[in-house]
Amino acid sequence: MRLRLVLILSCVAALSAHASEQSGRTPQPVIEKARAGSQCIAAPDVMRRTHMTLLQHQRDATVHGGIRGAKASLRGCIDCHAGAQTHSVVKASGDFCVSCHSYAAVKIDCFECHSGSKAAAR
Amino acid sequence: MKPEAPTPDEGADSGRRAWLGVAAAGLAGAMLAPGVRLIEVAQAATPGAGADARVRWGMLIDTTKCASGCSDCVTACQTENGLPAPTRSTDVQWIRKVDIKEIKTGRQASLPVMCQHCAEPPCVDVCPTGASFKRADGIVLVDRHTCIGCRYCMMACPYKARSFVHEPVTEQKPEVPRGKGCVEGCTLCVHRIDRGDKTTACAEACSKAGHGAIVFGDLNDATSDIARRVRDLQSRPLRADLKLDPGVRYQGL
Repeated sequence: MRLRLVLILSCVAALSAHASEQSGRTPQPVIEKARAGSQCIAAPDVMRRTHMTLLQHQRDATVHGGIRGAKASLRGCIDCHAGAQTHSVVKASGDFCVSCHSYAAVKIDCFECHSGSKAAAR
Repeated sequence: MKPEAPTPDEGADSGRRAWLGVAAAGLAGAMLAPGVRLIEVAQAATPGAGADARVRWGMLIDTTKCASGCSDCVTACQTENGLPAPTRSTDVQWIRKVDIKEIKTGRQASLPVMCQHCAEPPCVDVCPTGASFKRADGIVLVDRHTCIGCRYCMMACPYKARSFVHEPVTEQKPEVPRGKGCVEGCTLCVHRIDRGDKTTACAEACSKAGHGAIVFGDLNDATSDIARRVRDLQSRPLRADLKLDPGVRYQGL
């Protein structure tokens, strides 16, 4: 019993020590620059918070209404943000969508059905 | 397929459409700055009009022209939509070739069968989540965002037109997203229609093969080739007794 208590206490001590030097321990997301000469549909801070809402709203209009080429579109994201090497937003761990989502620990379901690659690269 | 020039008897509307098509084609090539084309700017600013409720997309299949050994339509569908060639009975199949024989007379016919895009689709009636739906222009689709893969629609469809995706999917076509756990079927090449194309992959392949057994078009447009043929020639839907009013009709059955 005493041994377990000692173990727990030492774990807590180790964790708090790590929390103080967090910047070195947690890998920061690598945000690759978008295609040169392209302009995003909104400011970066807006996009970071609301991109999922924009896409979810647009997908219903596209699938049910057949409205294509609207402002917010997943294809639009991919065309500008696909990695220079991979031509994809999800292929490598440093690609645009993956790097942030793994940092935030949020699973992306989009690319289980959608292709993450740029149309021209296929 | 070569785009047809509008004939004088076509309405003012189709004339305008043809002009817009030419204008769009001209604009698409115009470069504003290196890498920025006018068409991209236009697409970013104005979304497409969407499915038009005045339109009813349909197909007329002439079984007398459909060749028994030919499966060009099936191959074209797989290529267009990024479907793997089926190796097992559970693999997805959006369009299949069916050979039939009347036992009494020995008369044989070959025909492709795909989603019949019913006006009264039973797959939509049974769908518990609303994922199976009919677009304003008569195309019956599955919204994979809401499909839970229950497969009720597969049971309800009298044409066996839908398939379930059992395996994880990779290397999808950008314009045809598809994945494991959803039911899917013929989309009448909806991505082509929304782009403004006037034909489907199967119809295109059929005329390329020289058969011309599949005619695609707007059943509501009295001047269209398909509407004219449906009006002049005898054709029938499959399982007319079910009164589902399919958009796909067969000639010579």
